[in-house]
Amino acid sequence: MIPSRALFAALALLAFSGCSHVEPWVKPYEREKLADPIMAWDRDPVASSYILHVYESREGARGAAGGAGGGCGCN
Amino acid sequence: MQLTRTIRSIAITLAAGWLFCPAPSIAGVLPEDRADLMYHYYDGGGVQIDGPSVLVRKKFKEKYAVNASYYVDMVSSASIDVITTASPYKEERTQYGLGFEYLRGKVTYAASFSNSKENDYGADTASFSISQDMFGDLTTVQLFFSRGKDDVTRRGDDVFSEKVDRHIYGIDVSQIVSKKLILGASWETIAEEGFLNNPYRQVRYVDAVPLGYSYEPERYPHTRTGNALALRARYYLPYRAALQGDYRWYNDTWGIDANTLEIAYTQPIGDRLMFDVHFRYYMQGGADFYSDLYPRANSQNFLARDKELATMDSQTLGFGLGYEFKVPRVEFIQKASVNLKYDFMRFNYDDFRDLRPTGYAPGTEPLYSFDANVIRLFFSGWF
Repeated sequence: MIPSRALFAALALLAFSGCSHVEPWVKPYEREKLADPIMAWDRDPVASSYILHVYESREGARGAAGGAGGGCGCN
Repeated sequence: MQLTRTIRSIAITLAAGWLFCPAPSIAGVLPEDRADLMYHYYDGGGVQIDGPSVLVRKKFKEKYAVNASYYVDMVSSASIDVITTASPYKEERTQYGLGFEYLRGKVTYAASFSNSKENDYGADTASFSISQDMFGDLTTVQLFFSRGKDDVTRRGDDVFSEKVDRHIYGIDVSQIVSKKLILGASWETIAEEGFLNNPYRQVRYVDAVPLGYSYEPERYPHTRTGNALALRARYYLPYRAALQGDYRWYNDTWGIDANTLEIAYTQPIGDRLMFDVHFRYYMQGGADFYSDLYPRANSQNFLARDKELATMDSQTLGFGLGYEFKVPRVEFIQKASVNLKYDFMRFNYDDFRDLRPTGYAPGTEPLYSFDANVIRLFFSGWF
């Protein structure tokens, strides 16, 4: 079970990361391209949730379609 | 259940971190105020489905946001299952959704509820998520939990009434790697318990009748746990365009293994037009208890001839074109767009046979495949 302990340690570090300041290697003013709407994971949620429903109704697999949105923090 | 406990522990660890750490001083952002009105159309395998879909999102004081959705499926079905074992039918499914988001510093808390109804199936789902931007906003982590309760009934049978209980646990991570590259990873566990098969579908078995086979009702296990892991990357090309690659692995306790690969390309044309193209390939190994033709009646505990549980693959090629514009004399709409998306899908089955042609010995009929056309036409307004 060492991998799961390591996972918890990594996650705890991640969770408490708000307590420390990490210098971003891509500065906010360098995120112009990432802020472009063409870089959004899900530009049209109403359309993507529909096509996901089409897939899930006809296939055996489901899940992990991604929902963390953001990721850019540049608006 | 070990996996479920592990995911619960992960959720508790992350939630504790978020709760006990003071929120950073720079705030995150909520989704834009936006309304979408869509008409959707699906035609494939003898099934036509169309209807409207509406999604509205609105922020208040940059801290709170609400969203509401409405969705209708009008189904006209003469699918291969229906033709071979039942009669064509029409039905309607309506779904309502309501969501609320609260932004505190860089942490977004979200809760939503949805209700889906059709004449023989009802589903209520409540979802909760917590997401945080961290490491200088280079990383976004989201944990989510969803609980669903379904009521399964059967047309023409007032006595039949079954339940499904569903738990979904997931984690999403989105990571900025460079000025042009974002990576994403998602893990999701779906645990279901209850009546999981379709109450109308039947399996066939070899029988000494003129046709060579007879039918009996499907019988699925009453529990199913599936795990999905997805990895994705989106890259800003040297000119203004984006390329995305996705991979998803899926496995569940019914023995279904699936892999999905997708590649997508987005190309703006001038200031107003947006062109998208994507190709998706999906393949799955069938459920352990699935068979197109069982050797005899009641030959095993669990029985399925649902083609969604067969060994199969599918390919999807899709195109989209969007046009952005200002709505004249409507000041509160800052911008609007109209979009048309078309997808061509092909489904091929390796062990699901087409029983419509006659003159074949049972088990030697041609394998089934079908094509589908999917259209999404939608209007979006930002206000």
